[in-house]
Order: sequence, then C-alpha cells, then structure tokens
Amino acid sequence: MATIQVDGRSYEVNEKDNLLQACLTLGFDLPYFCWHPALGSVGACRQCAVKQYRDADDAQGSLVMACMAPAADGSRISIEDEQAREFRASVIEWLMVHHPHDCPVCEEGGHCHLQDMTVMTGHNRRRYRFRKRTHRNQYLGPFIAHEMNRCITCYRCVRFYRDYAGGTDLGAFGANDNIYFGRHREGVLENEFAGNLTEVCPTGVFTDQTHSQRYTRKWDMQFASSICHQCAVGCNISPGERYGDIRRIENRYHGEVNRFFLCDRGRFGYGYVNRDDRPRRPEWRGEVEGTIILDVDEALDRGADALRGARRVIGIGSPRASLESNDQLRELVGQANFSSGIAEREQTCLARMRRLNRDCGLPTPTLSDVESHDAMLVLGEDLIQSAARLGLSVRQAVLARRDSLAESRGIPVWNAEAVLTLAQDTRHPLFIAYPTATGLDDIAECRLHLAPDDIARLGFAVAHAIDAAAPAVEGIDESTRATAERIADTLLAAERPLVISGGSLESTAILDAAGNIARALATKGRRGGLSLVRREANSTGVELLDGRSLEWALDELIDGAADAVVVLENDLYRRVPRERVDRALSAAEAVIVLDHQRTPTWERAHLGLPAASFTEGDGTLVSLEGRAQRFFQVFEPRYHRPESRIHQGWRWLQALRASLKRQAVPDITFDVVTRDCARRHPALAGIVEASLGADYRVSGLKLARAPHRYSGRTSMRAHLDVSEPRPPQDPGTPFTFSMEGYYGFDRPRREVPFAWAPGWNSPQAWNKFTDEVGGHLRGGDPGARLLEPAESIGDYADEIPPPFVPRDDAWQIVVLPRLFGGEETSSRVAPIMARAAAVALTLSREDARRLEVKEGTSLVVETSLSRLILPLQIDAALPSGLVGVPAMCEAALATGDRAGLSQVPEGEGGPS
Amino acid sequence: MTVNRYRCQLHHSAHERRLETHPLTWWLRDDGECVGLGEYVAKDGYAVVRQVLGHQGPDEVIETLKAANIRGRGGGGFSAGVKWSLTLKGENLPRGYLLCNADEMEPGTFKDRLLLEQVPHLLLESMILGGYANDSFYGYIFLRGEYVEAARAISRAIEEARAAGWLGRDIAGSGFDFDIALHTGAGRYICGEETALINSLEGQRANPRAKPPFPGQSGAWGKPSVVNNVETLCNVPAVLRFGADWYQQLSGERSDDGGTKLYGVSGKVRRTGLWELPMGTPAGELLDRAGGMHDGCTLKTWLPGGGSTGFLLPEHLDLALDFNTVAQAGSRLGTGILTLVADDQSMVSLVRNLEEFFARESCGWCTPCRDGLPWAVKLLRALERGEGIPGDIELLEELAEDQGPGKTFCAHAPGAAMPLASAIEYFRDEFERGIAHPGKDDVMPERPLSANGERGDAER
Repeated sequence: MATIQVDGRSYEVNEKDNLLQACLTLGFDLPYFCWHPALGSVGACRQCAVKQYRDADDAQGSLVMACMAPAADGSRISIEDEQAREFRASVIEWLMVHHPHDCPVCEEGGHCHLQDMTVMTGHNRRRYRFRKRTHRNQYLGPFIAHEMNRCITCYRCVRFYRDYAGGTDLGAFGANDNIYFGRHREGVLENEFAGNLTEVCPTGVFTDQTHSQRYTRKWDMQFASSICHQCAVGCNISPGERYGDIRRIENRYHGEVNRFFLCDRGRFGYGYVNRDDRPRRPEWRGEVEGTIILDVDEALDRGADALRGARRVIGIGSPRASLESNDQLRELVGQANFSSGIAEREQTCLARMRRLNRDCGLPTPTLSDVESHDAMLVLGEDLIQSAARLGLSVRQAVLARRDSLAESRGIPVWNAEAVLTLAQDTRHPLFIAYPTATGLDDIAECRLHLAPDDIARLGFAVAHAIDAAAPAVEGIDESTRATAERIADTLLAAERPLVISGGSLESTAILDAAGNIARALATKGRRGGLSLVRREANSTGVELLDGRSLEWALDELIDGAADAVVVLENDLYRRVPRERVDRALSAAEAVIVLDHQRTPTWERAHLGLPAASFTEGDGTLVSLEGRAQRFFQVFEPRYHRPESRIHQGWRWLQALRASLKRQAVPDITFDVVTRDCARRHPALAGIVEASLGADYRVSGLKLARAPHRYSGRTSMRAHLDVSEPRPPQDPGTPFTFSMEGYYGFDRPRREVPFAWAPGWNSPQAWNKFTDEVGGHLRGGDPGARLLEPAESIGDYADEIPPPFVPRDDAWQIVVLPRLFGGEETSSRVAPIMARAAAVALTLSREDARRLEVKEGTSLVVETSLSRLILPLQIDAALPSGLVGVPAMCEAALATGDRAGLSQVPEGEGGPS
Repeated sequence: MTVNRYRCQLHHSAHERRLETHPLTWWLRDDGECVGLGEYVAKDGYAVVRQVLGHQGPDEVIETLKAANIRGRGGGGFSAGVKWSLTLKGENLPRGYLLCNADEMEPGTFKDRLLLEQVPHLLLESMILGGYANDSFYGYIFLRGEYVEAARAISRAIEEARAAGWLGRDIAGSGFDFDIALHTGAGRYICGEETALINSLEGQRANPRAKPPFPGQSGAWGKPSVVNNVETLCNVPAVLRFGADWYQQLSGERSDDGGTKLYGVSGKVRRTGLWELPMGTPAGELLDRAGGMHDGCTLKTWLPGGGSTGFLLPEHLDLALDFNTVAQAGSRLGTGILTLVADDQSMVSLVRNLEEFFARESCGWCTPCRDGLPWAVKLLRALERGEGIPGDIELLEELAEDQGPGKTFCAHAPGAAMPLASAIEYFRDEFERGIAHPGKDDVMPERPLSANGERGDAER
C-alpha cells in the first residue's frame, strides 16, 4: 500500500497502480479516454492531467498525466487545480475540433463516454471556426457499423483488437490529424471479439448494427442481470429491451468471469428471441382439427388429458433450458422417465468431465484466474470456436509473461506500450493438439494437428512423462514421445500449469488423457488447473440431474415402452439422426413440446406450449466453470403483446403437473422452484446462493430494471389502450419492471442489471461498481461454484486407444465446432449466419489429390445413416484420413464415425 | 552525363583545419568529394579503434566520454557519456543496439549531411567505438530518406569497412564483433525523435514511446539501445585519441560546453554554409563569416538552431551559442544552424509555414499536438489573409502554452510552440494586422449567454 495526497487529503492506494487507477478506485471523477482497465495506459489522449507536487514545499507543481504516473508512496496531486482543470477542458475542446456533434442522431448518445467526459470537464462552447476533416466509412460486416467522423483518436480500438484480442485486420492509418482506424480495405472484421469495439470505443465510431435495426437510447431500455445462453462459458450480460423486443446485449461486468469482454456470438446472437415466427400462444395439432390456437387453461387441460391417457410419459430435458425447468420436467415425469435431452456420446463425455472435476485433484479456474496460469496445454479443443471467451482468457494468460518480465525490469505492468516493447514475442508456453488449425495458433509454442485418438495418446504420454505411475503409451513413436516429454517438462516447470480439454471431439479418451495429466500434476504437488469445455449454456448443470441419454428416450418411444413425451426447449433433430427422431415422435401417442422457437421438433408437437426465452424468464445455469448463475427476466411479454401466452418452462410444467393431478395450479414463485431443485439434488444445493432472493431490498427498495430517465411509460401502450395499466409485478425476483426502485451505484449489491452512475452513462460506469478498477464487484461477484475437487485423487485411466490409421476407403469424421452457425439458437439469427463461413467439408491436400478433387468440388459423404452432398474445402493442416465437418450441419455425421467420400454422380444436383 | 550535385558548403579550406582544432571536419577534402577508406586510413582513420578495442574496457571509454561531456548535437544537449553510462549492460541482459540518428529533418538544418556525404568512415569508426562501449549487438544508421547522396556514401563505406575487417567478426583482433546496417527513412520528421525512430526502425508506426523506460533500458526490439546524433558520435574518436581535457579546452573561454560545433547559417545572407568553430561562438561572428545580410536587407530576427527553436532578436547576436546561454535567452541552441530573417519577411507567413510543417509532421498520437497544431495553422492562415477575428492571437498564445513540455507526449509540439510563442511575443503587431478591421467585422459571432446570464467563457 502507498499513501498519496489528493487535493490535500491522504488516501491509501495500491502502489502498483498508476494515479488514474488509484483516483478512480478512490471514487474520484477524473476524465480519461485512452486508458482502459483491461488495456492499460499509453498516455495518448492527455485527458487525465493532474497537478503533481514534488513535496509539501512545492507550491508550483507541474502537470502530469495521471495514467502515466505511478501511485508512488508520498505522491501529492491535485485534481481540482485550476491549471489542470483548464488543460483538461482544452483537451476536450481539441477532441471536439473534428467531432461532428451529431449526438441527436448518433447511436452512442446516452451511453457515450465522450459525452460524459465533455460534461465532466465543463467544455461547452466551441471556438474552432474552420472546416472539419471528414472520413469515408467502411463496411465491416454484419455486426458493426463504422462512423469514422466521430473518432477522437484515442487508439483504444486498435489496442484492444490487435494487442488484446490478437486481431490483425484493424489498424491505424495516416498521420497528424488525419488518422484513420479501419481495415486496409472494406470487409468483414475477422476477429471473433470485434463486437467489444462497440464498448471499447469511447464514442460512436463502432456501433452495434443489430441494435441500430431497432434502436433505443440506453435510458429508454429495461435491463436485467442475465447470463449468455450461447455457450457454456456463462458470460454475464445485460440485455436491453423496449416495446417487447431485445434491442442489444451489452457486457455485464463480472470480476471472475467475463470482466469487460464478450464474444461476438454472445453479443450479436440474441435475435432469435425477437423472431416474428416465435410461438407465442399454445398450439394444438390434431389429425381432425389441424392446427388450432388455444388459451392457457385449454392447453393445460388437453395436455393433462394426453398425459393421463398415456401408459408412460418420457420427459426430454435440455442443456439450453434452466435447471429449474429441467427439474420441473423431471418432477412431472419422474426420475426413471427423465432424459437430459443430450445425445449419448456427449452425455458420456459430460459425465466423465463431472467426475474429473471431482477427482482429478485440480480445481477449475475461473476465467480471470485462467489468466494467471503460466503454461497451458489444450487437448482437442479449438477454444475460439467452442468457448470463445475462455479462449480470449487463455490468450491473456499466454501474453501475461510480458508482465512478469516488465516487473523484473522495473516497468509497471500498466505501462502498456512499454511492456509490449520490452517483451516483444515473449510468451508463456501454450501447446495445442487439435485436428486442424485453431484460433490460438498464432501464440502457441507448439501446434500439433492430430486425429482424436492420437491427441489422446499424446495426452497419455504427457501424463506418463510427468508421473511414471501413469500408464505408458504402447508403441508410441520417438517424436511423439519427445514432444510429450517437452510438454511434461514445461508443465512441471510452471508455477501454475493449466490443462484444457473438453467434449468438442466427443472423445472420452481425450478427456481421460487430460484427466491423467491433471492427476499427474496434482500428484506432483503442482498448483495447477483443469478446465473442461462443455457445449451449451447448461450442459454442466443438466448433467448433474442424472437424466438418461436422448437416444434412450427415443428408443423407449420407438420400442413402445412409453407412448407420450414432453420435450423441453430442445430441437431433437439437431442431436440425433433425423430418422430416429421421426420414428420416436411418430410412435408417441402424445408429443408435448415447450419451446420459444419454432423448431422442426416443435412442428411435430401435438401440443406446443410457448416457453419463455432467457429474456422473458428466470432461471439458473451452471457454466463450464461449475458456477451456478442466475438469469432474470428482462421484460414481461404480455405487457406489449397482450395476446401472447408465453410462460417460463418451469411454470408450464408445474401447471401441467397440477392439472394432471386435477389440482388447482398453485401460484409458486421462482425462489420456491429454485429451492425445491436445490433440495432434491445434493449436487445442486449451492444454487440457492447463486444470486439474490426475491426478498432482497436496498433501503426498502427492490432493484429497478429501468434507468431513472426511462421515458414514455405512460404512453408506450397507447396504441393498445389509452389507459395506462399497472406495470407488471414481479414477486419472484428482487427486480421491478419499472424505473421505480434502487438504481444507484453506491450501495454494493451483487446484481447490477445495467451500468450507470451519476456522470457515467457509458459502460465505463462499471468502474463505479468494483472494489478497484478491474477488480471484483463491491457487492461480490454473483454465482456459486458447485464443482470443487474432492480431497482424494482418483486412479489413472488406462484405456489408451490405438493410433489412428488412415483408411483408403473410409474417412474418419471430425465434427468441428464453429462459433458462428455452430449453436442451435444463435444460428436462427440473420447476422450470425451472415457472418458464418459457408458450410463445407474439409480434407487434407493429400487426400484431395488422391481423390482427384479440387477445392469447391461437391462431394458425396456417405455413412451408414446418411448421405449428403457438400462442397470441398482443402485444409492444409488436417491430417490425412480425416474429413472435417462443421458443427450443426448434420446430426448424422458424428465424430469418430467413418464416412465414404465420392464425387457426385452425373445428373445429381448440387450441395444438399 | 555529369550531374551537378548540390553540396553542403564548408567554409574552411584544408589548410585552415587541423585535427586538434577541427576534429570533425579535418578529414574533409576541399573538393567536397567523399573521403574513401584508403584516404581515411591514410589520415590515420580507424587508429582509435585499434587503440581502444581490447586495450580499454568499455567502462573506461564511457568514463572518458562522460568527462568530455559531449552534449547531444541533435538539439537535445544531453551528455552522450551519461547516456551511455545509463544504458543497461550485463550478463543477464540481452545485448542491444547502437543507433545513429541521421534523420536530419530539422527545418533549416544541413550539418549532419556534410559529415555523412563527405566522411562516412568517421561515423562508422565512431559507431564501432560506441558499440564497443555499450556492448551493442548491432548498429543501425537511420538516415533521412531524401539524403540519397549520403546513402550512397554510407553504403559504400560500410562495404569498404567490412571488406577491410573494420566491421564484422573480431574487429582489429580484439574479439569484438559488430556490424552496421543502413536504414533509410520514409520521410517523417518525427523519426528524428529517438523513440519514434526506434519504432520506425522496427517497422511500427513512427510514434514516440513513453519515457521511462528510456531506450537505454528498453529500446529497439526491447533491448537496451543507444541513440546518438551523427555529429555527436563523430566527436568520439578524437575525444578518445586526445582525451577529455583536450575536448573541454577546445571551446576555451567561450563556453562551459566543450568541443567544437558545426555551426551554419541560412537565410538572406551573402554566404550560406557551415563552419566548425569552438562551442560558444557568438551568432554575430557567424553572421560576419557569412558576409552579412543581402544588400538592402536588415536583420529582423533569427532562429538559433532550426524551426523548433524560439526566435531571437538582433540584440541577442552577441550571445555565446551554447546550450545554456541560448536557453537563458528563452530559446534553444537546437542544431546550431542559424536561420536569419530579414526585415521584409512577414512573421505571420514565416510562422504559418513552420507550423504547417509541424502540424503535418505530427504523428497523431497525442491530442494537443494532433488537434492543436492544425488549429494554430488555420488561425495563422486566417491572420495571413487578414481574416483574423479578435481573440485569435490570444487563442494562438493559449494553444502555444498548451503545447508545453509535459503536456504533450513528446518534444515535437513544444518545439512547434517555441517559434510561434516567440514570434507573437516579439512581433505582435504583425499578427494584429491580420485581424479584420473591427468596423467591418461582421463575421464575429455573437457570444451565446450562459445559463447564469453571463457571457460565455471563451477567454478562460
């Protein structure tokens, strides 16, 4: 700790900070632009000037940039000094010289850091009377709009994009007052985290295009604490709603998970909740009546009748639905009839992962803790595609070697450019074994492109090299052994080695290998970590409910062991081959589907019940970290669409159970459902602690979902009814559907639906909620961790697969996860699909030559279950004998299966 | 075809120059042709390399340099010996680079060019010694791109030196390995700023870097690096040959700063050119050597050392041209190449021209420089056209004040502010003539009232 004096008063601060960080942590309003808590200082904008005095006798002082001055013990500064204030106002005046002052039509307006800083400095009259310089804007893809004329040249965009996220196609061009931030030529921004530019940019140069299509000012939106549903990482998000539509997703700060950044699938993949074709009322499909729309009671009656008439009802849950909804389904059908809705192979992998988390001896690090590991091995995951935000953290871990080097040479880690200069390409070691190139290859010390079984063998060899007690790999070649030993030596030499694996290649062998390495490291007393990637938002949580596999459920129907099925928020066709789903659903006498999307499975339902999406309901998810996190309803769908009958999955199921028992539907609250779920599953006991209960109050107030400036409440429904209805009530959560409630920043609380503090309207307001800039939320980071390792370390796995041998007649399929288009709900969103690469098969150059086919040629892929035609793309990194298939393209093509490849016979059409 | 080359003119013939008094220019030929390796060695060139390498330790070399106190001739005035002594060296540290700043782009300056074109081996010898003293791994000469003649001379000299074993492995049997490469810049003034030079050399944008860390801690590619100006470096062999005391006494009573200085004069004088004279020579003597002003011209004002120094008046001609004396007069010695301005030249136009240069050459990194200088240019243009409005001069003063040291990221904007502020200080009337006549001032906007009924705070 250091003691510094600010305007004559003494404060304790962290001596490792710079003065700007120290002042912001202390709660002072000191304006800045180029500094960012995650990006450090560069001293470019000169906005954070303060007066610094040498000692008590120095009355003169001199201006310094707070961001570039260490918070050294005994520092004396003044923020209020007249010269400093005037200089800060001048900086804004210069920044405004070319700024178009188009706030009324600018989408940044109302959450604009430049607006906030302008007000803060007091600059309010322009003296510049000459022409402004103008720029041409670029098309940057379906996510981000570009308006360079608003740029104030703070360089944050390129520093985030290049230095933090590893992008290469955004740069600074030109010189003097003609600096241009863009691509060398127009085109889609390639980096998977480009969307963060909308928050990193302090003004409206980069804005969210999905938001502009249905634009609303920040103060006119209603928010709730929410959790991203687009993968298993569990990033905290802040969705904004108006008129019953989600307008945009912004990052919601969580000190242990996503901190300041989201991936583009999470940020831009929400549009499915706004789709016009969403089921909003119960539907009955009968042979006689055709499709008819029902009201709630009628739907419940018909549903109860159908279930009552059934011999046995199977419940198929979903890894994209909440724990509460899955648990209510399980209650409805009984544990013996409950399926998790996850395909067999994936479920087996999930079970293996749960076991490893318990008995491998190493804990799962939080995302921000990932960044403090110093050697990493990734087995069988392309993190940027399968768990993008985790990949971004791994990138920071690899680059963090810079920081330790800088510290050893007396350079503070916040001095960003100096750290970059000193460190050059110095990195912590990262080893990646995957069938093809991955999004972290550019910073990997070693990239091994191997077939899944060979990845597992390498992993087993690494474990054996760490601890000779771990089983050895028979018949391993010399170079693989040498590589394994090199990896082992590196992991052992590290202070905190991290092993990352997961279910993407659906290989238990790979998971066992990763587990063996973790066990070996734990046995050797290393303070490492094991992070295991799951696929969907609640894969980790639903697996804890011990349901059976999806195939089991379908077979029960096909075999006639059951004759009715209730499917919860799950498109079965995405998981198992079409023919098997068709047979099962055809065999069932009653098919009840709850979903918020009109999926092919929904279309097969006799009774379809419109379920709430994550924006209309409350629930709990468990992330791949094993963190139970609560998402809260953002808005009440019936307020703007009175005809809609959308209810949360758990409420439908609970009502259905009551109707089945011919009981009155009880008015239960979300807290009760959560508590019941926790009580029934010991592994889930912690979920009650994941967030605040409905009885939480700040000074007697619930938490407001809407900012206090929210406008138009009395008239926004006037087209429906001239009398203003009472706002929807929310007895189930600590939030109100209103601006009435607590919205301040000074009472620490765990759930902060949107970032706002007096004078801070932009996402920079998060600094007002953290214990120190970039630290933890003052009220505690939300969530509860469920999967901590047990005391004892389990035995080594010893089922080592034989080496992969390519075959001339059949290729081994590897399904490759993809960020855009590889997830069920976000692939129903136009901008995501516009960003997704065209679906194609990938083959090694050698195999393509052998098959005498060229890039773009259509090929027939045939397995025992399916036959389809796809264009070919040559993948120079892919080992011979494998065929790569993009995820979510065909459920019948599964990793590990063999497929025949042939040219399309004449007369047959193009790609299917 | 013969091409008439423009040559920098040195106005001492060979018989006036002795090594003991003209350590920089003694080597030069009267015909201005480049001194090749043979001639250089015949004049005992590279003797100091033989004398020092393997016979004196690097620390000993640095001690001599520190005692000699060669102040940075690029204009910074920082002691080369101290800079070398602060450069990190040691077993656990990577070996770094010796960088020669030959990006001579200061407006009105043409001194390094003389040495680069006519005696490149002197620079190479100096760099070998510098490399030895600083345990540098490699040397780079960052040359202004437009100096094509110098590029040719340096390239040839490097080849000659390599062939003769003065560069490469085991130089002069000392066991010291060192080589030098020439890098020609792409034409940005800011590359003369030592850290921008390093960024540019690395292939990055030519933005300056924050200091600390200084290049001696973390310079080119993060390695300890020394950046010295051409003229500074070229003093090194003579200092090591004759000693620090000799160097200190070269300037005699004229200055506390030792050594000689390559002074020069340009502007409306009879004989523009360069002279190697003791440090602290008064400007008046230079004006005399230049034969005085053109007929019919009177000296109005002068810049002591390039466009980024402050204007001085005829009454300052007696001042000794050394770092401290010129600074006390409110300007900077800079490069020591004088620009003389005659009575018939408009200060507004002159300053506008200078500021256009500085505004254009801003790297665009920090706000005051990037957005403040172009604003000053536009105000100056308005004044030049007689379209200024009341308040413009005060605004220019404010802009110049806000480009002060510490307020901007590097020294570029403070340098740009110096001629602007001093020109307004000494010749305010010329600027005032640029303000449109108050009677026909219909472009002056009415100031809006602020909320409390007071006039806006434009003057704040």
